[in-house]
Amino acid sequence: MNKNWPLWEVFIRSKNGLHHKHAGSLHAADAQMAMENARDVYTRRMEGVSLWVVESKHITASNPMESGELFEPAHDKVYRHPTFYPLPDEVKNI
Amino acid sequence: MKNIAELEAQFQAKVDAEIKIEPKEWMPEKYRKTLIRQISQHAHSEVVGMLPEGNWISRAPSLRRKVALLAKIQDEAGHGLYLYSAAETLGIERDELVQQLLDGTAKYSSIFNYPSLTWADIGAIGWLVDGAAIMNQVMLTRTSYGPYARAMVRICKEESFHQRQGYEILLTLCRGSEEQKAMAQDALNRWWWPSLMMFGPRDADSPHTAQSMKWKIKRKTNDELRQQFVDVTVPQADFLGITVPDPDLKWNEETNHYEFGEINWDEFWNVVKGNGPCNRQRLEARQAAYDKGAWVREAATAFAEKRAAVAV
Amino acid sequence: MRQSLLTYTLSLGDNSMILGQRLGEWCGHGPILEVDMALTNISLDLFGQARSYMQYAAEVEGKDRTEDDMAFLRDAREFRNVLLVEQDNGDFAHTIVRQFFFDAYHQLFLKALCESADERLSAIAQKSLKEVNYHLRFSSEWTIRLGDGTEESHQRMQAAVEALWPYTGELCTSTALDIEMADLGIGVDVAELKAAYDQRIAEVLKEATLTIPESGWQQTGGKEGKHTEQLGFILTELQWMQRAYPGQKW
Repeated sequence: MNKNWPLWEVFIRSKNGLHHKHAGSLHAADAQMAMENARDVYTRRMEGVSLWVVESKHITASNPMESGELFEPAHDKVYRHPTFYPLPDEVKNI
Repeated sequence: MKNIAELEAQFQAKVDAEIKIEPKEWMPEKYRKTLIRQISQHAHSEVVGMLPEGNWISRAPSLRRKVALLAKIQDEAGHGLYLYSAAETLGIERDELVQQLLDGTAKYSSIFNYPSLTWADIGAIGWLVDGAAIMNQVMLTRTSYGPYARAMVRICKEESFHQRQGYEILLTLCRGSEEQKAMAQDALNRWWWPSLMMFGPRDADSPHTAQSMKWKIKRKTNDELRQQFVDVTVPQADFLGITVPDPDLKWNEETNHYEFGEINWDEFWNVVKGNGPCNRQRLEARQAAYDKGAWVREAATAFAEKRAAVAV
Repeated sequence: MRQSLLTYTLSLGDNSMILGQRLGEWCGHGPILEVDMALTNISLDLFGQARSYMQYAAEVEGKDRTEDDMAFLRDAREFRNVLLVEQDNGDFAHTIVRQFFFDAYHQLFLKALCESADERLSAIAQKSLKEVNYHLRFSSEWTIRLGDGTEESHQRMQAAVEALWPYTGELCTSTALDIEMADLGIGVDVAELKAAYDQRIAEVLKEATLTIPESGWQQTGGKEGKHTEQLGFILTELQWMQRAYPGQKW
């Protein structure tokens, strides 16, 4: 049986108004400890105002081998971007 | 299914294009192994590196120095942790890496096998040892493996105070009494050469360098980094008014670099092999912490399982 | 009154400094890196508090001395910390139980000290209270986790509780100085904290499946400068540089 503490991923909101962002990982035996370890490891220099911790095994990651089918079809959909629609310079505020 | 040669070519093309390699992407097995070896060695160095300095926490000469030293050593624990985490993305657990340290199959930086004898050593470690480490680490912020590069960015940000606090300690000593200045000189005498050894063997004797450069794990060779270190550090010693213990040290106008004397490679290899002044003590301390912590780690796991069972 | 305030302020600084020094011994030797860092964070908080108290003490004394003179140039008999904080780290169980016993007191004490008529002490208390709220959370959780963990951890924790319990009585026993400072509205009559302290300890130890020893003899004396033998050794290391090289700047 695996007695090592599981791995957790730590996400930090650096200030209100911003997303939580992945900061790194750590080991902890349970969620409460993970939260405290995250505080002690990743917020020593005022890095954050809010923390999320999630056990790494609960993250489902996309498979890099499938990157082609997942992400490349978006490459040619340029009509989703504003620069696809040229307008005369005289037109303002649009 | 692509064959290995194709995958390798694709991988190298990505590296050449400065696209970072991320966890779970295909990578040559040897790239993975090299990274595990290098990152874990780096992590072990951070953790073992806590010991020679930790030696002086209880005796720091002022409260201000004490909190700075504690915070610095704590950072090193953090850096070890970030690095172990980066290694773990390559599919190996921290505990296994720690076992490799304890059973001697993994190495750590030999510099930490030298003893810290006086308070000036704390200054010298910060200035020279952290200074040498920073040369290497700044380079590694651009390393090809994403998690390693990101860990290094965080580490470099945090390290920036370490070298300064070390230099400030020595500056205070050098502006103090004769006794204090002698203490600073003595520390430089003992830490200079081991600091140069931190960059590892000469390029000609460094078997991994060529491949690591090709994979952009390393971006500068040992000798390049060593030269860079000497060039920036000698003027800092001059400013302190203490003398680098190398009679062959001189400025070369033509190359715009310092020339310096021959490192004692016999000593280097002996310390690597375990014959340094403190190799045994350092590993014993890590082993003791590991053993004495075993029941704590087990108990926390048992408690977590109990509570999880109650919750279900 | 100035002398009383000086001694009182130093006693608060001594508690934080000596416990900070003890926790500093763990740095590099903790059971796992995450916990190593947590203990150092607590140590750093405590040294920060100690510095605030000692800077203030130096001002109260008015002899142009510094926080370092207060920390490094007083002898063991002049230290006024409680005996609990100078007890050695022992195993991790001893360290956690010592921390929990002190934190539970420290939080109650600081809450009361926030109301001090002395603005400086009140300000230090307000800042320190936030830190100590976290310390107590940390040490309570670890007390429960290890008390109710494995059989071995339970035994170790119970042994630590038995060993350290005799040093808890002093925490909520008021000395003449405590009462004098309380009467002036500056300090805290710690005897008034005892009911809340006992309740907190009982709650956490119960959840930790640990047993409070039958109340027996309690050791006292730290607050009057009569310490256990351990303090001398702590000060030997703590003060060594300042004693060996008198009058130098570091």
